[in-house]
Amino acid sequence: MGLVLAVAAALWGAGWALGVPPKSRLTVLAGLFLLVLALQLVLPAGHPLRTATGGSPAPWLLLAGFAVLALLYGRWVAGLRARADASGPKPDAPTGSFSEVELDRYARHIVLRELGGPGQKRLKQARVLVIGAGGLGAPALQYLAAAGVGTIGVIDDDVVENANLQRQVIHDDADIGMPKVFSAQRAMEAQNPHVAVRPYHRRLTPEIAADLFADYDFVLDGSDNFATRYLANRVAVAQGKPLISGALTQWEGQVSVFDPAHSGPCYQCIFPEAPDEALAPACSVAGVAGPLPGVVGAMMAMEAVKVITGAGTALRGALLIYDGLYGETRRIGLKRRADCPVCGNNDKG
Amino acid sequence: MKIVLNGEPQEVEARSLAALLEEAGISGRVATAVNEAFVPSALRSRHMLAEGDRIEVVAPMQGG
Ligand SMILES: [Zn+2]
Repeated sequence: MGLVLAVAAALWGAGWALGVPPKSRLTVLAGLFLLVLALQLVLPAGHPLRTATGGSPAPWLLLAGFAVLALLYGRWVAGLRARADASGPKPDAPTGSFSEVELDRYARHIVLRELGGPGQKRLKQARVLVIGAGGLGAPALQYLAAAGVGTIGVIDDDVVENANLQRQVIHDDADIGMPKVFSAQRAMEAQNPHVAVRPYHRRLTPEIAADLFADYDFVLDGSDNFATRYLANRVAVAQGKPLISGALTQWEGQVSVFDPAHSGPCYQCIFPEAPDEALAPACSVAGVAGPLPGVVGAMMAMEAVKVITGAGTALRGALLIYDGLYGETRRIGLKRRADCPVCGNNDKG
Repeated sequence: MKIVLNGEPQEVEARSLAALLEEAGISGRVATAVNEAFVPSALRSRHMLAEGDRIEVVAPMQGG
């Protein structure tokens, strides 16, 4: 028997030296085993060849049994390992659990006492709609996506124009002519593949606003006209959802969280009527300093993080005014107007 | 009377908030706050100013 095992070892070693794959070498050894087993069964007891190769089939069958057991054990261990890998965290698991990559990505949030793991989970489960993918929308969307807000909707009917790129940093030169929502979607998904972006390439109209808002927890208004601002306010109040409102002109911007269902006024409490076009011109007419929407849009994203997680105090019942020209920030308290046609009959707050 | 209007110290004749807006030539649909507290437009004529009040006049902006 020792002679046969020596031959087997020699065959294995030779095969290894010649670079024969393990599977082929195993086949050769199996052939050798079957040959020896046949000799034991066919030759009469005491035959010199039978004696030289073990003398009886029993030890060979025993050896084969051990080999089969070893093989089965190996398969079982491999199967366990595969199952453990399969049940491990996957990217974008809909359960709200985080992969290793996500935990590492959001580590600077998770160490914050006010956010932590629960806060990051709320961010992932949050559904936020952003109106406008322009000056304010660009930085707000970028920071929401980077911060791990799980579902981000963006509605805008514009296409990227050359004159937008002096401030709308989410879009690239190569995006000129492309709908802003698709350009923004590509930028967000490239920055953070762990969030879902839903682009709506259309204007926010009274016909679609209610259905659209119903899909989201709250709304960021970075639109560029009063009609949309008053519409967004009416629908947000009707659905009891916070409206994080940002606006700007030239060097100055405003941010507030209008949430009369919780506390404080709505947009129309503070600005009952839109001013004449001459007194509040659009950016295209009045101009706007490039970094200004970056400041104000990032403030909106910051308010969104607080509204989602409950950290700190959001700008409910307060209007923050940032005057970039003089580097000043002023904050005024706001109150609900009892005769407000939008939120006036709401007793809360 | 000395007041601070949008961060600028000024000497004014006006006694009420509504009169101040008129004196400063501010017309149109603006929001107003006195000492960081919002004053709705309907209350401006009744809101009397005091020495050193900080008045903020905020115009709505539509730009985004
Ligand atoms: Zn209101």
